[in-house]
Amino acid sequence: MNKIPSALSLGFRRGGLEIRQFARQRESVVFTLFFPVILLIIFGSVFKNTIAPGVTFSQYFVAGMIASGLVNTGFQALAITIPLERDFGALKRLRGTPMPASSYFIGKAILVSVSMVVQILMLLGFGVIFFGLKMPTDVSKWIEFAWLVLIGSACSTALGIAFSIVPKSGRGASAVVSPIVIILQFFSGVFFIFTQLPYWMQQIASIFPLKWLTQGMRSVFLPDSFAGQEVAKSWETGRTFMILVLWLIIGVFFSVRKFKWDRD
Amino acid sequence: MNAIEVSGLRKSYGDVHAVRGIDLNIATGEIFALLGPNGAGKTTAVEILEGFRTRDSGSVKVLGFDPQGGGQQAREWRNRIGIVLQSTSDSGDLTVNETIEHFRGYYSNPRSVEEVIEAVGLEEKTRSLIRKLSGGQRRRLDVALGIIGNPELLFLDEPTTGFDPQARRSFWELIKKLRGNGTTILLTTHYLDEAEALADRVGVISAGQILEISTPADLGGRSTAQAVVSWRDGDKFNSEATNNPTAFVNQLTARFAGEIPELTVTRPSLEDIYLTMIGRVHE
Repeated sequence: MNKIPSALSLGFRRGGLEIRQFARQRESVVFTLFFPVILLIIFGSVFKNTIAPGVTFSQYFVAGMIASGLVNTGFQALAITIPLERDFGALKRLRGTPMPASSYFIGKAILVSVSMVVQILMLLGFGVIFFGLKMPTDVSKWIEFAWLVLIGSACSTALGIAFSIVPKSGRGASAVVSPIVIILQFFSGVFFIFTQLPYWMQQIASIFPLKWLTQGMRSVFLPDSFAGQEVAKSWETGRTFMILVLWLIIGVFFSVRKFKWDRD
Repeated sequence: MNAIEVSGLRKSYGDVHAVRGIDLNIATGEIFALLGPNGAGKTTAVEILEGFRTRDSGSVKVLGFDPQGGGQQAREWRNRIGIVLQSTSDSGDLTVNETIEHFRGYYSNPRSVEEVIEAVGLEEKTRSLIRKLSGGQRRRLDVALGIIGNPELLFLDEPTTGFDPQARRSFWELIKKLRGNGTTILLTTHYLDEAEALADRVGVISAGQILEISTPADLGGRSTAQAVVSWRDGDKFNSEATNNPTAFVNQLTARFAGEIPELTVTRPSLEDIYLTMIGRVHE
C-alpha cells in the first residue's frame, strides 16, 4: 500500500491546475492582467502633473495599482470564483476525495501569486517605457517590495477564501464583492492622493488592508522625501506590517473554520 | 465483514424529520440499490454515509470508519471510497485526460488513466475540453473520476439520469465489471429496471424509514404474487389473475385448440411492486 500524497504536494498540483484553467479563460486573463495596465495608460495620459518635487502622478498611481492588483487578483477573484465552483458542485466533488482543504487553499495561493507577478511585471514594464516610471535603486526597497507582495498576496488570498462564504450564489457574487473593492480603492488612495481625501474616508480606509498596502507600495516607489507628506508624516512600515499580519490571521481563521464546500 | 453498517440513524432539519431510524447492513462486494421517491430521505441518508452531513443519532460505520471523523484518518478513509454525485460540472476548460490525470494524483493506489477512460468508453474524447462533451459523456467522466482511485466502496447517485438507452446498457456492463473486481456499490436510482439489472438487494425508503429490504425478485412478495393471463376471445379481451398460470394456459390451449390469440402472461414488475409500496405510505 502506497502512502497518500502529502497536503503540500497536492497543493502544488492544485496550483498547476488552477493556473492552467485560468490561462484558458481568455476573458479573465484579459480582465485581471491587462485591466490595471489599461487604467495606468488612461490615468497616466490624463494626469501628467507633478504632485511633489520629482514625483509624477504616474509614479504615485503605479504604487496604488500594484497594491490594488493584490486585492483584485486575490480577494476579488477568489470571492467571486469560489461561490461559482460551489454552485457547480466542483467543490463538493473535491470534498469527496482524499485531497485536504489545505491543498485547495495552497493551490489558490499559488494562482494568486503567479498572476500577481505577471501583473507587476506588466505594470512596471509599461510604467518605465511609457510614463517615465523611476524604479527604486536601493536594495532595501526591493526587499521591502518583496515582502509586501508576499504578505499582501497571502492576506488577500486568505480574505478572499474567507469572504467566499458570504455570497449566497455564484451568480450574485460579483454584485456583492465588486462594490466593496471599488469603494475601498477610492477610499484607500489608489485613484486619488490619499491626503487629499476627507478625514472620515481616511479613517474608514485605515481599518482595511488596502490603505496600508498602497502606503507600503508608495514607500517603495516614491522618494523618502515624500514620507513627510503622508498623513502620519512617515511611511509607518512597522504598523503596515502588523496590520497586514493581523488581517492575514483573520482570513486564515475564517477560511479554515467556516469554508463551505456545499451550497446548503 | 460488512462494508456499511448503520443502526438507528436519525437526522432532522428543524421540524422536518428527514431520516427516522434507519438500520442497514451492506455486505462487502454487494451491489445495493436504495430506492425511494424524492424527499424520502434517500439523499440525506447517503450523504451521511459519504461524510457530507452529520447525523443526529445512531451509529454509522463505513469501511469500519465513522464518516463524521476528521484529520488524516478521514483522508485515509476517503482514499478507499469513490463518490459519483448527482450533478457536478467542473471547469469546462480542462480536457478529459487532464481532469482524470489530476484526480488520479489524489490517491495512493489509483487505476491507470487509460484503464478508466476505456472502462467508461471515452477513448474518442480524451483530448476534448469538458465543456464540449454531451450530457451523457460528462456523466461518464463523473463515473471515471469516481473510480480512478480504485475504491473498495463506490457511491453512485442516480448515475444514468439523462443517458440514452444504449449508453445505459453499456454503463450497466461497466458496473457489473466493477462488481467482478470486488467493489461494493451503493446505488440510488429512479429507474427500477436499473435496480433490477444491477442490484443484489434493494431497499425501499419512504418518509425517512426503510419499508423493506429484499432481492429485486422477492421484493413486496413479488415472486409469489399472482400472475395475470390475458388473451383475446373474438372481440373481447379477457384477463385472469391466477396462482397457477401454466395450468390455466393449458386449459386455454385446449379450448382454442392451438394458438391463443394475443396471449400474455405477466407478473408484477419491480416498478408495480415499488409503486404499490410507496402508494401505501402516501395514502
